[in-house]
Amino acid sequence: MNFFELFNYWVVMLLMMTGLYILIAHGNFVKKIIGLSIFQTSLYIFYISMAKVTGAIAPIIQQGVELYSNPLPHVLILTAIVVGISTTALALALVIRIKQAYGTIEEDEIQAMDEEP
Amino acid sequence: MIAQLPILQVIVPLLAAPCCLLVGRSKLLWFFALLASAMTFVISLVLLQQVQESGTIHYSLGGWSAPFGIEYRIDLLNAYLLLIVSSITSIILLTAHASITAELNENKHKLFYVVFLLCLAGMLGIIATGDAFNLFVFLEISALSSYTLIALGQKRQALTAAFRYLLVGTLGASFILIGIGLMYMVTGTLNMFDLSERLPQVEESRTVVTAFSFLILGVCLKLALFPLHWWLPNAYAYAPSVVSALLAATATKVAIYILLRFIFTVFGGEFSFTTLPLQEILSVLGIAGVLTASVMAIYQQNVKQLFAYSSVAQIAYMMLALAMNSTNGLIATLLHLFNHALMKGALFLALAGVMYRLGSVELTQFAGLGKRMPWTMAAIVIGGLSLIGLPLTVGFISKWYLLRAALENGWWPLAIFILLGSLLAVVYVWRIVETAYFSPAKAGHNQIKEAPLRLLLPTWILVLANLYFGCDASFTIAVTELTAQALLGGAP
Repeated sequence: MNFFELFNYWVVMLLMMTGLYILIAHGNFVKKIIGLSIFQTSLYIFYISMAKVTGAIAPIIQQGVELYSNPLPHVLILTAIVVGISTTALALALVIRIKQAYGTIEEDEIQAMDEEP
Repeated sequence: MIAQLPILQVIVPLLAAPCCLLVGRSKLLWFFALLASAMTFVISLVLLQQVQESGTIHYSLGGWSAPFGIEYRIDLLNAYLLLIVSSITSIILLTAHASITAELNENKHKLFYVVFLLCLAGMLGIIATGDAFNLFVFLEISALSSYTLIALGQKRQALTAAFRYLLVGTLGASFILIGIGLMYMVTGTLNMFDLSERLPQVEESRTVVTAFSFLILGVCLKLALFPLHWWLPNAYAYAPSVVSALLAATATKVAIYILLRFIFTVFGGEFSFTTLPLQEILSVLGIAGVLTASVMAIYQQNVKQLFAYSSVAQIAYMMLALAMNSTNGLIATLLHLFNHALMKGALFLALAGVMYRLGSVELTQFAGLGKRMPWTMAAIVIGGLSLIGLPLTVGFISKWYLLRAALENGWWPLAIFILLGSLLAVVYVWRIVETAYFSPAKAGHNQIKEAPLRLLLPTWILVLANLYFGCDASFTIAVTELTAQALLGGAP
């Protein structure tokens, strides 16, 4: 199996793990959201790569063209992008509220404040 | 009209949610939301009756026939779950007006009902749909609305709890999405029934195994299987009381439904239990979950948190029963789905009553409440006994089936662990009983009265249901037996 044949999927995996790492390793809530977004973006690429048919063009009917890419994953991922945007928006809104309530968005400091009686 | 019922089940709360914005007063809003959820309850009753009479119901969305269009497919399992979710939600909603007036600012009431109905729509959608991607969308609808509901809590910890739940929930949902994508890659279909027919042909492929692993991991994050449960206790503890009741009684049930659907229908029990060491994983995590979460529950000072940990333990019981991979094991899982919804619904609604009068559910505040709030405390005691699994309560029925399944498989040590788990439950329930009945009342508590009838009545409906289905389980056992056979037989 050729490396470049699966190039997209390597990128997907790389992005996914980068996102996951940021999500786990960073204590700053905004950075966590960035990690989550990168993670979700890798999923979009995954779905779009899956729709690719070798030698095919975009799925818009034209004369003389017989081979089209699969449009269904594109449609699915449009929905997933909408879901991703709403998740990010909600997460950012929560971070604003957290900042107002605690005065910080660092996980350690918040944890310390919560443990105080 | 009758033919449209599967979609109406989802559409009614989905449309009612934005309509809430047009209603002015808080009380009217409550009536309106109650009406919508009562409608879903009636619909689910009719659906269950229809399924029992004439078998699986198929509904093609927009007239596009499956597998091209989205199909809603209601079989016995779906109808059973729809009934659990819609009935419990309706009863919980009965208390909503009194409870949120005490806990939320007036200007947030409208938002509360909008999001509550969206959450209900999401959960019903997950159950009703027969399309894997549609399932993901509804999963996110219910998840996003439950983050918002948790963030409505009074204390600032509610915000961080909601945020952590959001991170974990999104991660879980993304894993499910990866699984669905991989399945689509090898089969070219998203319809669950179609998938179940095509997957066996490509069973050998590594992609299918990867898809399966991603799905299981994603769902386990969602249903808070031990060790992935750390987001749950705070989320339940700091959410408004009504929301805690909703999440504890229904949300995890829906996640377990997804797991059952994928393991037994889409992939088929045989594939699921041979490709991955699912039996070992689930039973080990189940035992560890039951014991750890029960011990953690004993040490909690906040009673909501105590019951949240007990929820983690109860979920672990369901997983344990699932791991048996036998008819009796599945019956135990399905029975416990319903029974746990009844117990936790009753307990959290009783806590809503305590919250209403005291404004706090710290264990120390419970001192002497047995005399001050006799009916609320009696509800907690009966709910607690049901958690322990005493005969004449629903808890006994599910534990009985669980033990029977364990002995059938010859898993003797497991039976001992199950009994040990029950003993731990005795300890944490006893702590509440001891404080409430045998400690002297706190000085400032002389004025405390019984919770208002608007809260007590729904709580006692659930408590009596606990006792009724504990004495006469013929309805639940009849339904779950057929469902378990259908799931194991591979017939969708």
